[in-house]
Parts: sequence; C-alpha cells; structure tokens
Amino acid sequence: MADSETPLAVHEPELRHHFDDSAQQFESSVLGMWVFLVTEVLFFGGMFGAYTVYRNLYPEAFASTSHFMNVTIGAINTAVLIFSSFTMVLSVRSAQLGQKKALIIFLILTLILGCVFLGFKYVEYHEKWVDHHVPGPGFRYEDTRYVHQAQILFFLYFAMTGMHAIHMIVGAGLLTALIVMAARNRFSAAWYTPVEMIGLYWHFVDVVWIFLFPLLYLIGHTK
Amino acid sequence: MSTTLPFAATQAQPNYLNVDYGWKSWLFTTDHKRIALLYLFSITAFFFVGGMFAVGMRMNLLTPQGLFDHDTYNKLFTMHGIIMVFFFLVPSIPATLGNFLVPIMIGARDLAFPRINLISWYLYIIGGLVALGAVVQGGVDTGWTFYAPFSSTYSNTHVLITAIGVFISGFSSILTGLNFIVTVHKMRAPGMTWNRLPLFVWGHYATSLIQVLGTPVVAITLVLLALERFFHAGIFDPNVGGDPVLFQHLFWFYSHPAVYIMILPGMAVISEIVTCFSRKAIFGYSFVAISSIAIAVLGFLVWGHHLFVAGQSMYASIAFSFLSFVVAIPSAIKVFNWTATMYRGSVSYDTPMLYAFGFIGLFTIGGLTGLFLATMAIDVHVTDTYFVIAHFHYVMVGGMVMAYLGGIHFWFPKISGRMYPEGWAKFAALVVFVGFNLTFFPQFILGYQGMPRRYAHYPPEFQVLNVMSTAGASILAVGYLIPMIYLAWAWRNGPIAPQNPWRAKGLEWEQSPTPPPTFNFDRQPVVTEPAYNYSGEEEEEVELGG
Repeated sequence: MADSETPLAVHEPELRHHFDDSAQQFESSVLGMWVFLVTEVLFFGGMFGAYTVYRNLYPEAFASTSHFMNVTIGAINTAVLIFSSFTMVLSVRSAQLGQKKALIIFLILTLILGCVFLGFKYVEYHEKWVDHHVPGPGFRYEDTRYVHQAQILFFLYFAMTGMHAIHMIVGAGLLTALIVMAARNRFSAAWYTPVEMIGLYWHFVDVVWIFLFPLLYLIGHTK
Repeated sequence: MSTTLPFAATQAQPNYLNVDYGWKSWLFTTDHKRIALLYLFSITAFFFVGGMFAVGMRMNLLTPQGLFDHDTYNKLFTMHGIIMVFFFLVPSIPATLGNFLVPIMIGARDLAFPRINLISWYLYIIGGLVALGAVVQGGVDTGWTFYAPFSSTYSNTHVLITAIGVFISGFSSILTGLNFIVTVHKMRAPGMTWNRLPLFVWGHYATSLIQVLGTPVVAITLVLLALERFFHAGIFDPNVGGDPVLFQHLFWFYSHPAVYIMILPGMAVISEIVTCFSRKAIFGYSFVAISSIAIAVLGFLVWGHHLFVAGQSMYASIAFSFLSFVVAIPSAIKVFNWTATMYRGSVSYDTPMLYAFGFIGLFTIGGLTGLFLATMAIDVHVTDTYFVIAHFHYVMVGGMVMAYLGGIHFWFPKISGRMYPEGWAKFAALVVFVGFNLTFFPQFILGYQGMPRRYAHYPPEFQVLNVMSTAGASILAVGYLIPMIYLAWAWRNGPIAPQNPWRAKGLEWEQSPTPPPTFNFDRQPVVTEPAYNYSGEEEEEVELGG
C-alpha cells in the first residue's frame, strides 16, 4: 500500500502520505498548535478563575502576601523570559533562512535562559519552604488575621507557578530535542515545522508568566 | 490531482482490514479506521463494565431495604457514572464513528495528525486502566461529580487515582477534538465547501470545539482537587475560607458543555440516517448545521443551572435559567427539521431508521424535561431526585446510545464489508426501546414524588415503580446483548455488503470503496453537488461499484 503515495510528482522527504503538499501540511501543523494553545489558555484559565474569585473574596489578605514574594527575583525572571522569547524568535528566523549554526546557537541561548528561570524559581521555592509558606500542615503566616486566606493565595501561587514551571521543563526538553535535530541536519529552509511549533509553545509559556508576575507579586504594592 | 492508482478497480481489492493481520499492524497503526475499531472494542468493554455497576444498582433498588450497605451503593453509582460518562459517552461516537468517517466524508486520506490519533487511544486506555485500578482497589464514592469538600477532604476512597484516570483520558478527548478541527479546516477534498459538509461532520466539528475548550478546565479542576487532597490547604473547604461552590463552577464549566459532547455526535448520526431513509434532502441544511455550532457556543453559558440550590446568587440563577431555555432552541430546530425531512419523504423502516425514531422521541422527552429543570421553581423541588436521573438518561441513553447503535448499524456495512441480519436487528431495536422506557419512565414519577438520587434505601411506597425500573433494565440489558451477538456473527459470516446498501449520498458511500482501502479512496474524490442531493438521484449511476 505504501506506493499509493506516488500521485505526487515531487515527493518531499518530510511530507506525510495524507497531505497533498507541504504547504497544507505546514498550515495544518500551525493550526493544530494554535488549537492546542487554546486548550492551554483554558487550562490555566481555570486557575486564573479561581484566583479571581478568591482575590475578590479576600483582597486585603491577598495584598498582604506580596510582601513575602521575592519581587526582585520575579522581575529578573520576567526579563529573562522576555529575552528568551526574543532568542526563540531569532531561532525561528534562522530556521526559515536555513542557517544551521545560528539556529543552534539561538536554541541553546533560549535553553540556557529557560534554565536560568528555573534556577531562580528553585531559589524562590526554597525561600518559601524556609519561611513556612508552603501550604499544608507546616504553613505559618506572619499576619495572624489572614492565616487561612493567605494559605489559599500560596496554594494558588504554587499551583500556578508550579504548572508554569512544569511547562517550562517540558519546553526545555523540547528545545533539547530541537538542538539535537538541528545538529543532525534535520531542518532546512523548506522544512522547519518543529522549530515553529515549539517557538509558539515557548511564547505562550512566557505570556502566562507575564500575567502571573503582577498578579502574584505586585498586588500589594499598588497602594 | 485526479491520478488513478495502479491497483484500483481490481475485484479483490485490498482494504484497510485485510492489508495486514499482525497484532503490531493494529496496535501501532496510524490508520484512522483501525484506530476507530480499537476504540470501538475498548469502548464496548467499558460500556459493559459500566453496565455491570448499573446492574448492581438496580438489583439493590429492587427492595426498599436494599441489598448492599450504603458505602457499597455509593461506590456502585459513582463508578457507573464515571465509567459511563468519561470512558463511554464522551468518546463513544466521536472516537469510533467520527474517527472512521470524518476523514472519508470530507474526502481526506486520514486525519491531519494520525500519530496523535493513535496517542489519543493509548491515553484513553491508560486513563481507563488507571480508573479501573481504582475500582479494583476498592472503588471511589464521591459521585461522578467529585464534589468538594467531600472529595477533597473527607472521602477515604480512591479519589486521587480515579481523578488521575479521568485527567489522562481527558487529554485523549482533547487530542481527538484537535485532530478533527484541523482536519475539517485543512483537509477537505476539492469541491467540499463548508456548505456541502455532511451534517455528521458539522456535528463533530461542534463537538470538537467543546472538547478543546471545555476539557482543559475539568483537567485543571481535577489537578486542584488532587493538590488539595495532598496539601490540605483548604482551597475548597469552607471551614478555612475555601469556596466549595467554586469547585462546582469549575466542574460544570466543563461538565455541562460535556453533555453536549455526549449528544451532538448523536444528533450528527441522526441527521445522516433520517435524510437517507426518507430519500430526501435534509430540511433546512444550514439551520441544522448552524444549530450544532449554536449548541456548542450556548452550551458554555448555562453551567450555573446545576447550582440553583448551591448558594449561587439569585440573579445569576435567573440568567442561567434564561440561557438554559435559549440553548433548547437549536436542539428544537434539529428535531423540527428531522421531522420536516420525513414529511412527504419515502420513509423506510430499516434498523438505523428505527433507532432514529427512538432517538427523536426519547431525546424530545429528555430535552423537554430539561426545560422543566431549567425552571428554577421546579428545579428546587426536584433537585437531586430521580427526575434528574430520568431526564439525563433520556438524553444520554435514549438519545446518545440509540444514535450510537443506529450509527453502528447504518455504517456496519461500510466498516465490516458485511450486512447484519435485519430481522434480529429490528427485534433488538424494539427491545431496547421498550426496555429503556420501562427503566426510566418510572423514574420521572419517582423523582416527582420525591425519591432522592444516590440513596441505597427508600420508603416502601416507592417499591412498585422501582421494581418496574429494574425489570426494564433487565430487558434493556438483553436489548444491548443481542446486537453484540449478531454483529459479532455478521462480522465474519454476514452476506458481503454491496458498495452502497442504503443507496445513500455522501463520499463514504459513493466514492470510497466498501470497505475502504487504507487511504480511503482509489482516486482523488471531487465533490460536485450539495450534500444529500437525493432529488437528483435518478440521473446518478453507480460508477464506482466494482
């Protein structure tokens, strides 16, 4: 049955049997990735919804927690991620132009920036652990009026940033795979779909952080 | 792109079934038709597991003092609900008939992402096995709705494992939806415009939208539930400032649209069957098509009608009540249009059409009682009674399962290349219809009289109706077993099906061989007429029969 792929005069190596041409295949992949990102928006949206409800219920308690967030690290991490989006864009551009060396360099840069973010995140989580700000039986809170409410905020903090960090780790794994593929000459100016896909994913994860940073770190600093 | 393939038009054509027989060719297949069959067999297995729990429940309810203790009964109805909803109803038609037919109906060689399609089956199986693992270890007793804080704090059953199973299978559902959306957008054959799409495809497109937009929300809700069970931060526990109603909002934000995942594909099947067996183009094609999308959109705005007695603001309830009435309109449009299609058509009474008749009648009862429930004053009276149980079983079982069986019979010749025994099939359809009504109609009365759901024991005055219901369930079980037996028999021994046994319209019957080859078509299909062009039937000739 394999020879039924033959209707195509020019058979490109990465073109799969059920597509008519590369353009159709590429458009399908891009649309598929966007639909997947829509599901991701809804996935995080559930947590943002919960955040909205509780912040509405306990505005003072939520505001009081931002004094215990490490705004400096949060701000650095925001800058790191935005810059990593920039290097990711350059990777995609290099892939489009078929520049293998530049592609690998920018992918590695993106990966390093992602790891820097995760490293800082680890420092922050460790601080929270030391300060007894991890929800659960060991939870302590300095302002005794808000112990329970603050615990909900920290629960959401860990759920949201934790889910974000898991997405970063997945992204780092995907970037590693891209680097290996690029080193093995899998990409060309004619076919670089995975770079484009993972680029979209990476930007999405960055955008989530851009929402998380002000909502979790800065709310108490507005007065 | 109208190249003829070299092997076309030979008599003993290779098809997707006989191309390879090894077990690897099934478990590692990327052919959407084979994946559809993998789903078909696994879903049937889960249907019978879920059915076993229902048998246990109906046995228990034969007598007022019951057969089981409360804990066992709680687990029975929970596992029945979880298996039937997440592992049967949600994937039922989309993953089997949809998987098989959507690419063929739009003239594509496969779904856009065949490997993702296979992954989705594996996720379904892993999720299902994890959930069954929870059953084996002693089950779960939260009800399929996992309401907090019982599920997050107090239940000492296997909530976590079950939630993980449902979470995993959710991704199977998301990936199926994603695949359909991209396939319908990007892979239609020349001439297959949106206005010519079969209504089956429209229905699946709408279903996919819900799967993609709704399922992630229930996924994150279950993650929050699992984290809460682990950390006990009190996020859903009112004792420490948590909001249990928030859980209900998040849960129903998916799970109400999910009931449309469980009915839109059924409507999609019925649209195909009604028009074929009336020998008439569907009445108001664009209304039926758009009503699917309308249901998908409006379905996201009505979840609050599950919270009328949960402490939701009265004004929110009024809005949700109103919107729940609005969402009935597109469903009603479909029912009217099916009826209008049959009017003055040459209706024949083959088995698929019998199921379609059953669907239209039972879905109408299920849908109209849904309007009773959307009315706040009535809902307060019958909340959590058997009235609700009867209502959604009329939609889910009377609607979706009828459509599923109708669809299985309608496309059985396409899928297997053989005909099923018509006499047995008609008999089974009748048994299912009688058994179903005897099971669930008494439950409307029980609920209206005030019998609450989810109780193992009940006052003696409810016994007569409960005995009727259990008797009906026994008949229904027989009605489900008969098709199992004759379809399995017909798969090997039925008479060879002609190319188009129903003289139906559509690419799957007219341009794809029966059963289809691996890439569905012998030559690039081209669409030159609107869907369901039954009136132009005379000048049609069977040119692809051989």
